[in-house]
Amino acid sequence: MGRLNTTLCGIELDSPIIPASGTFGYGYEYAELYDINVLGTFSFKGTTREPRFGNPTPRIAEAPSGMLNAVGLQNPGVDKVISEELPRLARVFGKPVMANVSGFSVDEYVETCAKLDSQKQVGWLEVNISCPNVHGGGMSFGTSADSAAEVTREVKKVTSKPVIMKLSPNVTDIVAIARACEEAGADGISLINTLMGMRLDIRRRRPILANRTGGLSGPAVFPIALRMVWDVYNAVSIPVIGMGGVSSAEDVIEMMLAGASAVEIGSANLTDPFICRDITEELPELMDSLGIVNIKDIIGGAHNG
Amino acid sequence: MKESVFKIKENRRIAPLTFLMVLEGDCSGMDRPGQFVNIRIDGLFLRRPISVCDVRDDELTLIYKTVGKGTRAMSEMGSGEELSLLTGLGNGYDLTKSGDAPLLLGGGVGVPPLYLLARKLRQEGKEVSVVLGFNSAEEIFFEKEFKDLGCNVTVTTVDGSYGIRGFVTDGMPEHYSYFYTCGPEPMLKAVKKASATSGQFSFEERMGCGFGACMGCTCRTVTGYKRICKDGPVLEKEEILWED
Repeated sequence: MGRLNTTLCGIELDSPIIPASGTFGYGYEYAELYDINVLGTFSFKGTTREPRFGNPTPRIAEAPSGMLNAVGLQNPGVDKVISEELPRLARVFGKPVMANVSGFSVDEYVETCAKLDSQKQVGWLEVNISCPNVHGGGMSFGTSADSAAEVTREVKKVTSKPVIMKLSPNVTDIVAIARACEEAGADGISLINTLMGMRLDIRRRRPILANRTGGLSGPAVFPIALRMVWDVYNAVSIPVIGMGGVSSAEDVIEMMLAGASAVEIGSANLTDPFICRDITEELPELMDSLGIVNIKDIIGGAHNG
Repeated sequence: MKESVFKIKENRRIAPLTFLMVLEGDCSGMDRPGQFVNIRIDGLFLRRPISVCDVRDDELTLIYKTVGKGTRAMSEMGSGEELSLLTGLGNGYDLTKSGDAPLLLGGGVGVPPLYLLARKLRQEGKEVSVVLGFNSAEEIFFEKEFKDLGCNVTVTTVDGSYGIRGFVTDGMPEHYSYFYTCGPEPMLKAVKKASATSGQFSFEERMGCGFGACMGCTCRTVTGYKRICKDGPVLEKEEILWED
């Protein structure tokens, strides 16, 4: 067994490093750069029932120690993902992949998940109830415990694959929502999605993003993400995936000590396309220096201190 | 795409707010005109995409305008400093469609990527006409450099302080086989209206990654959604959906 092995909802990963949805496409761009099979898995581009163009541009803005995005779930729709993207993805990635799903109604989540459930390549369903950049869907399901539980419950009825609910930090009490998901049958929780933010163009006196607001990610949000992972780990007994501003091997260790069973890396991929490979390579030496034999031994390890 | 470290050999102001930077490093896989590099700048999160002006052996030339924090920081760097670049990004211009007498139209900081294009077309023995558009005489750069390549060069200025008064479209020759253009969007729209042949347009957009992963710069085209960074920045006249 490798030192980086961890378990995520009953499926073995040989590394805790998982590129986050929306920063890794369907893997092809990165597969041209390195063998992406060094990754534990990756979460593919958020998929909806219908094809979506997403928001008008500009969709991207700089922020202090991070960035804003308002892509708005551009994707070819679940049918094309299954008929075109998954077969192409299979040629570059041989492990179970994490399917990221979004929707604008409970029915839409259910239909999309049911279709992806039939795909052998899909290991987990990561259900995004936290996208801040679409209207009338996405985050609106993740900001109340009742609707988060409803999506969880209905999706669980149509799949035998582990269901991981991806939560929004744009709430008063993320712990209550995590608990509601667990009670409704979720197999895991991933957090955090981006924080809603905004930038203005001071010369034109208007928002930089065409969508006006966007989701903040990057190192700026790391302490917030870490605190929320810590709190949710304390409150639930299902596995937690930590994400939000992770950009070094040290950050990965910190997230796991806070309670993450695996760690997603998002916007760091965009500025350093090799970062997931590099962190994977750096981890063993860092673990040596910290006296860590197997990485899974440290999950939640800071809670005893 | 490659990630590599380049060393600054030269970085000087060539016009108001306009700088020329020569970098030394691994320039393999970036000889297609119209491509760009994505530059990491200390203290900023996102890389900054800058179009390639010229590549010779291990020397890369960029011309950029200081429009924000990133380009301002670049303008303050000196020789010997190092920069991390992602290189070989974007599709670049397709030279095979040029015909015998292509026309190149550049406006302001849209001029730089046309230089490598002009040089390659001249190498192929094409008769190249170039129209360079600027706001005023003091902003003009590279007129001589294009002439030295043996191009027929026309300069237009909006205020009439040099060359033909007006926009690049006022300096277009009557006959040409095909066109290539780069510049601000109003100029591209004007070129589209004024042009008699098919041609290629290079677009600018705020980008997340610059290599096709984040969908931050997608636009609609006749042939579907395209990422400006990966499927562009060069699009063909017939596929562009122009918003009015």
